[in-house]
This record gives sequence, C-alpha cells and structure tokens, in this order.
Amino acid sequence: MGNLNTTMIEKYRNSFLHEVEANVEEGEWVKMCMQCGVCSGSCPLGPHWDHPPQELFMMIRAGKREEVLTSSSMWMCTSCYNCIVRCPRELPITHIMHGLAHYAKRLGLVPENQQTEKFAQLFWDNLTNTGRVNELKLGLKLYFMNGFGEGIKMSLKMQDVGLNMLKTGRMSPFELLGGHSIKDKTGFHAMLQKAKELEDAKIAKHGA
Amino acid sequence: MAKKEYSFYPGCSSQKAASSSNYQVSVDSMCNELDIQLNTIPDWNCCSASIGYAGGGELPRIALSARNLALSEQANPGQDVVATCAACWLATKETKERLHEDDGLMEETNQALSAAGLNVKADQKVRHMVEVLIEDFGYDELGKHVKKPLDGIKIAGYVGCQTNRPFGIDGESFENPKYLDKLVETMGAEPIEKYEKKVQCCGGALAFSEPEKSQAMIKDIIEAAYDGGADMIATPCPVCQMNVEVYQNHINKKYNTKFKMPVVYYSQLMSVAYGKNYKESGLNGQVITPEKLSIIAKK
Amino acid sequence: MADTKIGAYICKGCGLGERLDTDKLESIASGEGKAAICRQEEFLCQQSTVDKIQADIDNEGINRVVIGACSRRAKFEAFNFESTCVSRVNLREGVIWVRPDTEEAKEATQEMAEDYIRMGCTEVKFMSPPSASQEQSVNKHLLVVGGGITGMTSAIEASKAGYQVSIIEKTSQLGGVAGQLHRKVPSRMPYASPQDNGIDDLNNQISANSNITVYLNSTTTKTSGAPGRFSVDITTESGSTTTENFGAIIQASGFTPYDANKLPEFAYGKTPDVVDQLGLEKLAQEANGTPIKRPSDGKVVENVMFIQCAGQRSDKEDHLSYCSGHCCSTSIKQAMYFKESNPNCDAAVLYTDLRTPGAGGEDFYRSAQRKGVTFTKGIAKEVVAGDNQHTIKFTDLILNDEVDLAVDMVVLATGMLPNSGVNIDAPPAEEGSVEIPVESILNLDYRQGKDMPQLVHGFTDSHFICFPYETRRTGIYTAGPVRRPMDINQAIDDATGAAMKAIQAIENSALGKAAHPRSGDLSFPSFRMEGCTQCKRCTVECPFGAINEDEKGYPSYNESRCRRCGTCMGACPVRVISFENYSVDSVGQQIKAVNVPIPDEDDENAVAKPRILTLACENDAYPALDMAGMNRIQHSAYVRIIPVRCLGSVNTIWVTDALNSGYDGVVLLGCQKGENYQCHFVKGSEIAHYRMSKVNDTLTTLNLEKERVATYEVAITDIQRIPQLIDDMAKTIEDIGTSPLKF
Repeated sequence: MGNLNTTMIEKYRNSFLHEVEANVEEGEWVKMCMQCGVCSGSCPLGPHWDHPPQELFMMIRAGKREEVLTSSSMWMCTSCYNCIVRCPRELPITHIMHGLAHYAKRLGLVPENQQTEKFAQLFWDNLTNTGRVNELKLGLKLYFMNGFGEGIKMSLKMQDVGLNMLKTGRMSPFELLGGHSIKDKTGFHAMLQKAKELEDAKIAKHGA
Repeated sequence: MAKKEYSFYPGCSSQKAASSSNYQVSVDSMCNELDIQLNTIPDWNCCSASIGYAGGGELPRIALSARNLALSEQANPGQDVVATCAACWLATKETKERLHEDDGLMEETNQALSAAGLNVKADQKVRHMVEVLIEDFGYDELGKHVKKPLDGIKIAGYVGCQTNRPFGIDGESFENPKYLDKLVETMGAEPIEKYEKKVQCCGGALAFSEPEKSQAMIKDIIEAAYDGGADMIATPCPVCQMNVEVYQNHINKKYNTKFKMPVVYYSQLMSVAYGKNYKESGLNGQVITPEKLSIIAKK
Repeated sequence: MADTKIGAYICKGCGLGERLDTDKLESIASGEGKAAICRQEEFLCQQSTVDKIQADIDNEGINRVVIGACSRRAKFEAFNFESTCVSRVNLREGVIWVRPDTEEAKEATQEMAEDYIRMGCTEVKFMSPPSASQEQSVNKHLLVVGGGITGMTSAIEASKAGYQVSIIEKTSQLGGVAGQLHRKVPSRMPYASPQDNGIDDLNNQISANSNITVYLNSTTTKTSGAPGRFSVDITTESGSTTTENFGAIIQASGFTPYDANKLPEFAYGKTPDVVDQLGLEKLAQEANGTPIKRPSDGKVVENVMFIQCAGQRSDKEDHLSYCSGHCCSTSIKQAMYFKESNPNCDAAVLYTDLRTPGAGGEDFYRSAQRKGVTFTKGIAKEVVAGDNQHTIKFTDLILNDEVDLAVDMVVLATGMLPNSGVNIDAPPAEEGSVEIPVESILNLDYRQGKDMPQLVHGFTDSHFICFPYETRRTGIYTAGPVRRPMDINQAIDDATGAAMKAIQAIENSALGKAAHPRSGDLSFPSFRMEGCTQCKRCTVECPFGAINEDEKGYPSYNESRCRRCGTCMGACPVRVISFENYSVDSVGQQIKAVNVPIPDEDDENAVAKPRILTLACENDAYPALDMAGMNRIQHSAYVRIIPVRCLGSVNTIWVTDALNSGYDGVVLLGCQKGENYQCHFVKGSEIAHYRMSKVNDTLTTLNLEKERVATYEVAITDIQRIPQLIDDMAKTIEDIGTSPLKF
C-alpha cells in the first residue's frame, strides 16, 4: 500500500484534484463545489470534523494531499445525507466522503486507531464472511477491537444493552455457532473477488 | 382489495434473533391484515449498509446490492423490490440508480456478478415499505382496517435520516416530512406536530465507533420527544429504533436524566390498531415497554 | 367659471348607502356645492348608470362631474368622461372603510363624507379640461451619442421600428470596448463557452442600413431644444460643425476602465505580466486560439491567477467602492481562454464573493469549474514581480492560510468608471485647488447644466426601482454602463429599452403628452408673466430642467421636457404658475371648503372638533391610504386628505391658509428622498421637505406650535404606518390643544 501511495504522489504531483477525480468515488464532483458551506453547517457531527466537507474540497483543490488523506474528518460521516439534499450544486457529498475514506485506507494513510475505520472494516469482514451480518460476533469484535483489556471493560459497560437484547429475543448466543448465512457463499465470494480485482486494476492503471 | 405481491428484501437485522426481529414480526402482522404477500428474495445478502466503505470499494459494494437485484429478477420477475430497513432500501435504490447512470459501472458490475452466475438489469422499482403503504394503499384505505384506534397516545414521529434522505418518500420535504405523523393520525393516535428532532441524525453506525458523540444526539432526540409531551417515539428505521431505545441507561448515567422513552416501529402501531395481539405486534421485543400501546394490544 | 355646470352623483353601493346619510350628502352637493344635477344611485359604476351621466353631459350641458363613490384609483375607466373634469370624492376607501361601523362613530364619519363632497364640488369649479399646447413638433430622427455596443444596439433597434438614427462616435471606429474583446461572455444557452463579441455583425447591419448615419471622430458641441425639437451641433475632430435636429437622444457614452496604475501593490507597471482585463483581451486576440504567451518573455503561460475586485469594492482611497458587475464573469471567460487553448494551464480565480448576474451567469461559472478552472476564496495582498515567476501573496479565506503562489501571469479585475461628463451638481471648486477639466458629453444648453444629472459614483441618475430607463432630462435616455455598472448582455438589453423610451418620447412630444409617471397627461403649467418677479425659483427647482430663463430672467418653459409634477407651482412665491386642472386654487379652495367647527361662543370650556389637513402624494402615499382602507385600518375622523401630484407641488400658501382657517394640524406625506430616493419626480419630495423646514417662521408669526406641521417620507407599503402618522397628529393636537385660530 505504501508503494501505491508513492506512485500516486509521483503521478499527480501538483494536482491532487486530478488524483481525486480519477480514483475517488464521485471524485469528479469535487471541482464543482462553490464553497457556500451549507454542507458543513448541515452536518450533525460538524463540530467534530477537523475539516468539514467544504474545507476538504478546497484543500483538495489547493493540493493538500497529505492533510486530506490522513485526516480523520471523513471518518466522522454518519451517512445522514443532510449535506447531499441541501447542497445547491447537488454534489454527492456523502459518497465523496466515503470515497475519500476508502481511498485513504487503500493508500494506508488512515490515522492510527481511527475507531470508525476499525468498526467499518469489522463490519465488512463480518458481512462478507457469510453474506449476512452476524450482529453478535460483530458486537463482540467491536468491544474487543481496541485490545483485550479494553474489550473486557467495554463488555462490562455494555452488559445491560446485551442482556436487554437477549431478553427481548433480539440477540441469540447461538449466533456464535455459525449463525445466519447465505447458501451460495462460493459464488458470493467469487463475485466480490472479481469486483475487487476490477477496481484494483483501474486504480493501478492510474498509478502506473 | 386484491392481494398485492412484492419482492421482499428483509435485510440482516430483521432475521430471527437479530436486532429488529420485532420489526419483522409486526410487518408480517400488518401485511397479513392488508393482504400483502412478501416474496422473499431467495439467498439475499447484506447490502453493506452505509458503513461498508472502509473494507469495500465502490464496485464491491455495488455488487452486493446488484446481486440482490439479480436474484429478485430471477425469482420474482416484474415485482417491485420492497425493503423495510432504511439502509437496505437506500443501498439498493442507490445501486439501481448508479447502474443506470453509468454504463461502465453496469458493465463492470455484471462482470463481477457473472462470477456468481448472475446478471442484473436493475429495471424494477426499489421501494420502502412506507411507500407501498402510502402509494399503493393510501391513508384512507389504511384507516379502514383500524379495529382498535390508538386513542389517547401521543407519538413523536421520528423519521430520522435514511428513509428521508437522499430519496425520501415522494412528495415529502426533507426538512419536515409529514407521512409518519399522518400514519400515526390514521391509526387514531395523536402526532406531536412540532417534534423538533424529527429528522435529526442518531449517529447511525457511528453509535458503535463514536458512542459519546452519537449519544449526545440521541439525548436531544429523546428530550425533544418529552418536550412535545410524547408517550413514545415511532420510527420507520431499525438503526434509529435501536440507537434511540437501547442506550437510554447510558445516557441517563452520563447526563443525569431519567429517560424511559419507548421507541416503536410504525408497523407495530399499525399491528396493534389492526387488532393484532401483543406478541403479533412484536411488542415483546421492546427493551422499554410502550405501556399505553401494550394496554390496547392486550385488550 | 360662468359656464361651469356641475353634476354630482352619489353612490349607495359597497355599503355607502347603509353607512352614510346620502340624502344629506345630496343636499350639500346641490346646495353648497351648487350642483345643477344631483343624483343618488344604487350602483354608480354599472354601465347603465354611467350612461346616464354621459347623457347628462351630452344633453344637459354638464361639464363638471363629481363622483361620490370609491377612490380615484378604482373604477378609473368607468368614470373617465372625455373632455370633462371629474372630481372623485373618496367615500369608500377614504371614509367608510377607515371608520368603525358604530353608533358613536357615525356623526364624525358623516361629517367626513360631507366635507369630502364639499371639497369635490369646489375642486371641479376650479378645474378646466386640459388640452395640449400648440408647441408640438414631430421629429422621427433619433440621436445616439456613443458608438459602442450599447449605442450600436440602440440604433439598430430604433431603425427596425422605423426611425432615423444618427450615431456620433468620438473615435475613428464603432465598437467601443466590446470591439476590443477577443470573445464575450455567452448570451445564449448553454452558456458554456465564450462567444464572438458580435461587433462585426452589428457593423455590417449598420453599414447596410440606410436609416442609420454614422459620424466618426465627432462630438456633440451643443445640444438645445426639447424632445421633438432638439438641435445638436456635431463637430468633427477637424473642427467642422453641422447642426442637425432630433426628436430624442440616447446617451451611450460607456465607461473608462479604472487605471490599474493606482494598484502598485499588485505590481502593475512593474512587470508586463501583470495586466488588467482589457490587457488580457489584447493578448488573447494576439494568440488567437493558440496558448497565450506572457508578455515579458513570450513563454507559454502555465499558471495564471485572476485577482477579483482589484481596486474596487474597497474603501481605500482612490479605489472604487462599488462592484462593477461584469468582472467575475469576465475573469471566468478569460480563464477559459487559457484552459481552452492549453488544458494543462492552471487557471485560478481569487475572489471574495463570486457574482455572476444574469440568466446564464451560474451556468457559465459551473462550465468553468467543469473545464478545470479553480476558484479560490481569498484576499490578495500583494504581487511580487520576479525574474522567472511572480508571487501572489494572499489569504485563503476557506483554509485560513497565508499563501505564496508562484504564477506566470496575473490578471487584475479592475472596475469601470462612467463616462458621464460634467457633474452639474458638483460644489464649486475650492479656491487655489487645481480643477481638472472634464469634457462634456452632451453640452446641453440647459439652464441647469451641460450634462445629465448624476446620482452616485458619477453614474447618471435614473429611477432604478420603478422606471429604470427614465432620466431627469425628458427625451434624453442614458443606456449601458454610463447608467450603472453592467456587462455586455445587460448593456444590450439596456440599449433596447432606451431605444423604446426614446421612441415613446418622440411620439409623446408630438402629441403634447407627458412621459412617466403622468404618462399621457396633457395638462401643463402656464405662467402668468405679468405677476412674475423673476425670482428664478421655478427654473432652479424644476427637477427636469424644463424651464430655462429668457434674457430678462423670466421663465421660458419647454413643454415637452416637462413631467407635469407641479414642483414649479409649489415653488412660486407669487403663485403665478398653474395647470388647467391643478392649481393653487383647485387645492386651496378645497381646503377652505372644509367645515372647520368653531367652539360654542356661549360655553367658555367648549372645545371644537379638530381638523387635520393631509396632503398626500398621489404616487405612493395616496395608494397606501387606499390600501389601508381596503384592509380596514382605521384612522382619525378629523383628517381631510387631498391627493397632490407630488409633494414638490405643495405651495406653502396651502399650509398657511389651512392654519389661518382654523385647522389644528397639517400632515404632508411624500416619497423617500435623498440618494435612494423613491420620489417619482426625483427631487420633488426633497424640495418639499426643504420648504417645510422653513414653515416654522410662519408658525411663529401665527403664534402656533411647530408640532402642528409634520412632513414625512413614506412608501407605498406603509399601509399600517400612514394611518398611525395621522393618528399621531390627532394625539399631538389632543396634547397641545386645538388651534386658537378658529373664528
């Protein structure tokens, strides 16, 4: 991944914008931002972003590659879609944020210990394993994702939630034993593998 | 009215012993009353919701929903795809739109699908259950089935994010959608007209990774319901339901509040109003029991 | 007056019959009002009843009609009897709709109605039907001063409508600034790319058009006369002069670019790589579609930044305070020159507020973004000229960064200065100061100065809210950036509008009709010269320069320049100026016709009911009062309201007479004055306010409190406020007591 990052820097030098346009989901929209700031003002977690979307767009245009990709900002997106529906220029901001986050991860630039990044990866691994989310395993993995000690603490803290879910039949210990799954796991995995290959190839081409 | 059939995409959280299994129970009861037949897409998979983006790139994520659409086309040809979960609906509908906007993406997606022996056209409509209720039945028809009006219950209609944005229910505004209030009214309950946090984000998946930030927002959502005089909150979204219901103890501890606000699904309100019992309405799945609704259900 | 025969007609519809004692009104009209025919009707405005009035006019010799019904602003068509003077007594909006329908209120409401009937009957006695003077002349020849895109467009548009046009252009060719542009901002869908500047096409149209005459290298050295009969001296560079007659004039004298030499901080003049927008047009023309090269060394530009608002929208000395309107779109267009000829060139626009007015502005902006032009919100502080590259130092307002950016070229978006000639209102130069002579554009032979009056920042005055093309010199219309900052597309629209106004002026002057806002009015002021004291107030105060002075100092009136506002009538201290249907008497006698109650002589403590006179401008204040009536907003029953053409037409004698007759207060309602004036006659309200500031002397002489006269600026939207102002006066009178002058 580090190598890919180096390749990208070489390729685009002064034009991070072009890099984003080529490699980031919906990245070709970034140049259309008119800097009104409605997205930033509409974001429910706005105050927690180091750089709200509008600013990220300007930073991309200003070539601040490292600052953008190593930022924790886009990982603050809750996917509430407020920004999308309010953007006067109709930029798919939520998708661009997801795209930036994914691209940063692909290049190995995510800040260490980024909680949403960790959870999002757990979620992906969980769902791609059997084709369906196993909520119990996902929950346990989540509690323990910051280490064993943290995990025990977390489990204790979340005990009430777990018990309540068990009591109301919205969670079952049997899920630990296999649990829900699709039938055609082989075809499913082959499909995801193919999709990943196609996407990797495209980005590698831009980096070449 | 004649029986209506749809290709149904239930989603992970609706499965047995999963976090919104009570939603599914009430949806089944509601559909039973309305003579709706839900033909489940065979071997459906997770849509990856809106949090799959770290591990999954654009194409793998699109492929997930495309697989469901392809399976639906095979098994339930010509039927609209209907989802009850906001995230499932959103991901699937977005995929359909993206595939039609971008020929290259359609081609790559089908390349990926062919590895699973599938092919997608993505021509069916992708609809939320609420759209089916409002558009294919209408409030008047829905009201005709009411056997036990929910008299005297004040309900804060919490629409949340993903059933409302970016698509929303046709004809509704993003800032102040009215359909949930109208449904509540149709069932004989009283909507909180000025529920200030109607479309506030609950944090979504970030309730797991950023619990404190999310719980601060959830606190506001519950507080506003109390401010409006609500007996309970009703929502169309499994993530909203879970986030707003299950962390109230934590919020009470942190903010020194005394929240005990029940959070139910619109389909539970409808099941009870349609005369279904406590269990059929999935009320045994509530962490915080909605007392007034339970009394009517048990009558 | 001997041959006046009044018909008074009182309507009982719309609730008037129930609320008022119409029998009493009828008896007042026939008794005090001396109406020869007097009738009450259930619905006065229905056609059969209107026909009966017409029959009275045709068969009974009625030549003055009093309509006691609704406001003069309602049912205008129904009660418009040709060649007959009509007084509309406003019993509906002005009386029953502003009064409560209660037993206690009944008496005062009835008194109001009775007074208004008296006033109406009096007014018509002092009116005669207006007819045009005999000084009309027709001249279908239009003069356009300035041969830029505005002037060329005006000329073509007017010729298409069948008028002869002459264009006078100072330089040796037509085209003006637009002709110097490589391309212009697009005027058509999809507003995506710069388009041809259009001058060649206009040139071809003009040279092929036998109705258009072009005078190059020429200026106007004298303009005299009036609409319909302007006489203009056209002088060529070599000094030869011809005199031509015109019906109307369009001044399209354009703008001068701001002198970028005043911006040394941006290195203008220090390196040829810093240019203004016109400078860049020249480079683009030279490049003609190939990559633009920088002037210093001919290197292809890889990197250019546009600095918006250079020397404008700034309060620094020597900078322009205003926005020039076109520069953002122009920079977007010029950035496209770079991108289109060399996609690898980085073109960035540094702006604080990007403004792209007009239908296509936003589309054009988006198109530039799609083409890869970068837009950066920030403030340029300095440009440092270097040997190889130049450095722009700016503050990025989004990222809150101080940035040093190396570029090959810098383009300064500077502003526009109007070519409006001599500022006729400028205060005289201080002694010892060096006056820079300004060349006049029109050289008007008008008493009030050589050029068009200016409003702000040197742009020529026009009533930009209600009638944007109208100016303060009837028959002379300014168009294009001399009127206000604007872009080419706006200038083309403006040119077309001005051509239409000029045509209208030609046609109106042929019939002796007034221009806006009293369009079609045939009445005009006449001057009883034997009473004139040559005081010159009318010639000075006329907002439209309609009155010159003859060699003896008497007013010399030019009918077709006049807008019939009556400001001259208000100005005249000896009251020798009057209109046929609007005069010192037609209003003054109404004031005297009102029944001002006097206190009971036998009772020492008796207080008479007060009376308030309100003179309300017919353009905004009176309509606002009508709307207050429609909204049933009540006001005092003691007020008697008379509409006036403009507050400027108010002669102070009316105020003095009212106070002398025992009125307790006078309220004057005019339009907003000053820089953001709303006065339909530009200066009328301002002049009236000035005159009323002098009325204190009169009040002192009469031993009256100064609070008894109040003058207000109101707007047509003040439907709540105006009734309140009237009630405020009623309250003031309650506080200070009624007038002692009631006999």
